[in-house]
Amino acid sequence: MQAYINSTGIISPQQTYDGTFFATPIVNTESMILNAMEPVYKEIINPVLLRRMSHVIKMGLGASNLCLKAAEGIRPDAVVVGTGLACLYDLEKFLLSIDDYHEKMLSPIPFINSSHNTVSSQIAIMNKLTGYNITYCHRAISFESALMDSLMLIAENEADNVLAGGIDEFLHNYYAIFNLLSYWRKETISNLSLFEGSHAGSIPGEGAAFFLLGKEKNENTLAKLIDVQTFVTKCDVSYLNNEIDNLLKRNGLQRKDVDLFLLGRNGDNQHDGIYLDLEKRLPETSCVAYFKHLCGEYMTASSFATWVAANILKTQNIPDCLIKKAPAQSQIKRILIYNHYLEKEHGLILLEAK
Amino acid sequence: MARRVFITGFGIISAIGNGVEENFKSLTEKRSGIGKVSLLETSLSNYPVGEIKADSETLAKMGGIELSTIDSRTFLIGLIAAKEAVQMSGCEEYLSSMGLVGSNTVGGMDLNDRYYRELISGNGTNKDKVISFDCADAGERIANHLGITHNITTISTACSSSANTIMNGTRMIKNGIADRMLVGGMDALSRFSINGFNSLEILSQTGCKPFDKNRDGITAGEGAAFLVLEAEDVVGSRKIYGEVSGYANRNEAFHATASSPDGEGAVQTMEKALASSHLQPSDIDYINAHGTGTLVNDISEGRALDKVFGENVPLFSSTKGYTGHTFAAAGAIEAVFSLLAINRGVVFPNIALNNKLEEMNANPTTELCEHPVRNVLSNSFGFGGSNTTLIFSKI
Repeated sequence: MQAYINSTGIISPQQTYDGTFFATPIVNTESMILNAMEPVYKEIINPVLLRRMSHVIKMGLGASNLCLKAAEGIRPDAVVVGTGLACLYDLEKFLLSIDDYHEKMLSPIPFINSSHNTVSSQIAIMNKLTGYNITYCHRAISFESALMDSLMLIAENEADNVLAGGIDEFLHNYYAIFNLLSYWRKETISNLSLFEGSHAGSIPGEGAAFFLLGKEKNENTLAKLIDVQTFVTKCDVSYLNNEIDNLLKRNGLQRKDVDLFLLGRNGDNQHDGIYLDLEKRLPETSCVAYFKHLCGEYMTASSFATWVAANILKTQNIPDCLIKKAPAQSQIKRILIYNHYLEKEHGLILLEAK
Repeated sequence: MARRVFITGFGIISAIGNGVEENFKSLTEKRSGIGKVSLLETSLSNYPVGEIKADSETLAKMGGIELSTIDSRTFLIGLIAAKEAVQMSGCEEYLSSMGLVGSNTVGGMDLNDRYYRELISGNGTNKDKVISFDCADAGERIANHLGITHNITTISTACSSSANTIMNGTRMIKNGIADRMLVGGMDALSRFSINGFNSLEILSQTGCKPFDKNRDGITAGEGAAFLVLEAEDVVGSRKIYGEVSGYANRNEAFHATASSPDGEGAVQTMEKALASSHLQPSDIDYINAHGTGTLVNDISEGRALDKVFGENVPLFSSTKGYTGHTFAAAGAIEAVFSLLAINRGVVFPNIALNNKLEEMNANPTTELCEHPVRNVLSNSFGFGGSNTTLIFSKI
């Protein structure tokens, strides 16, 4: 199973919505939240519909529209979305209204918009896409599940082109809830110093990244998606190593064939250990890079990483803003993304130059 | 994609019973589980519901576990159904290599309802509840209990969610990614869902009456069902209850909550599922309809059945008059009913139907029929135009 990444559309805390790859200065902030830098939505979404949309729906529709625009007329046969918390804003709005209004005269709009498949179905409605449509909601492997389904659709000849994406938004209440688990950094720091020293907690982020995955490559192709693997268990580095080796082996590869390991380290010393242990066991020649100081921690951050990896493979350049260790190879043929959430849900995404 | 996918076990808990046999008995005795709310605390108690009459402590016992403070009702009913499916299949020894695709619409909403306000206020007294508030929690913890670690995920496409887990699990096996998958859905009654459908003014005052001229909306139900799917080459001599022989997922791209009045989306989904199964409409012996009892759905689905099957619409019924609408669980629950129809040679009646729907030609079956059932078509339609049709066949 494999698919070509033929276009992307991404709204992230960096200026990415314009289609450039870290061309503008990198965001360096002590705000302790990495909010998405958003395009003028009314230019890409019908302004009449825009008024009723929550932030996450706007980001999802915005990024998917950017991706379709960049696809230059290719229409997807399927829409596959991964989102950890989906439309939590509307969900909590409706939930809280139940008590606030004593179960009477409640507005149905937040209830309608709270359905976890709102973004994938709104993409279908706005673009008249009547094919396969699905939404995966499994924490940090939501996006990986979406990629796995997309690969299957292409292998089955069910789809020549799949629009696949990962979306999650930052919400103050999400921050408050996960703060109870000491998930966020207490001390004020710049996002670019996320990995300095050893501290508890990370910085929250958000974003929407969409990919047009095609059976065939074309002149716009960025990279090739080769394989995806997820597992759900508290594990140590030897378990992880075994998973990585299995994934590589079934693709006829070894560790030395991976030129860059793009890791989801988030600067939280409570959960970063497994990334650091993994680094110690990589071949000396492998390059390692981090990305979460650029996008923050959120459940579908691996979709941001996939966009980064696809662009590295296309441009053959690892931008300096990605904090990296060990020298890069002169040629970057393969990238493996590894990400986990609280060390329970683990995802591996393997990409190759086209 | 020649690898066939068989069902070797299934489990269910719903308003009409705990376990396959209790559910079968209620179906054959035309006994509805819809009635007055007794466990859920809501001021909307004048609306009937399809409630499982067991509190969390009882459910935990039924699931064979000690109740912990983080156990949502959604998780507990899911665990009960998953364990029954595994036991029926006799696949215990293969659990460590199985995958699991679960589904629900609102996660552990019974806990959210009680603790969300406290959690967002920064009060950490009940911070252990954080983990049960999302959609992934129930399925992931069932996997933990059973020792499943790989190919785990959660689908949430409103009321077609668990139908999509069956389709996804089947495809995972056909694509050679897994040999065995445990798939299904679970949704507990919550004030969230009841108030949600009430805000849309589609909650029935009297109990849902699918395909009746005087129907007045859905009845919220709760339940869970899981199926064990296995590749034909790994089943060995264990008993096979049916095959997932066809499936289709399409989006109507029409409206956020309503289905199109002409049923075009449903037509396309059913036709695609039939094509994938290489069966003709005349091969279908029973249709388990989505049949929610709302004004719009039943006309839309009824017209779609007329279009796909012409003058020869097979025996069909909606079983939501028994269970209520169990949202994400509905597809898997109705898959279990479809498999019972195949294995016991019966077609379950559409209860609470007194006046024929004028907008469609065909009539649902209102009496229990003993009838050989080779192929069953089951519809699940959800918010956002998420339509899924599954076809189950006798082996």
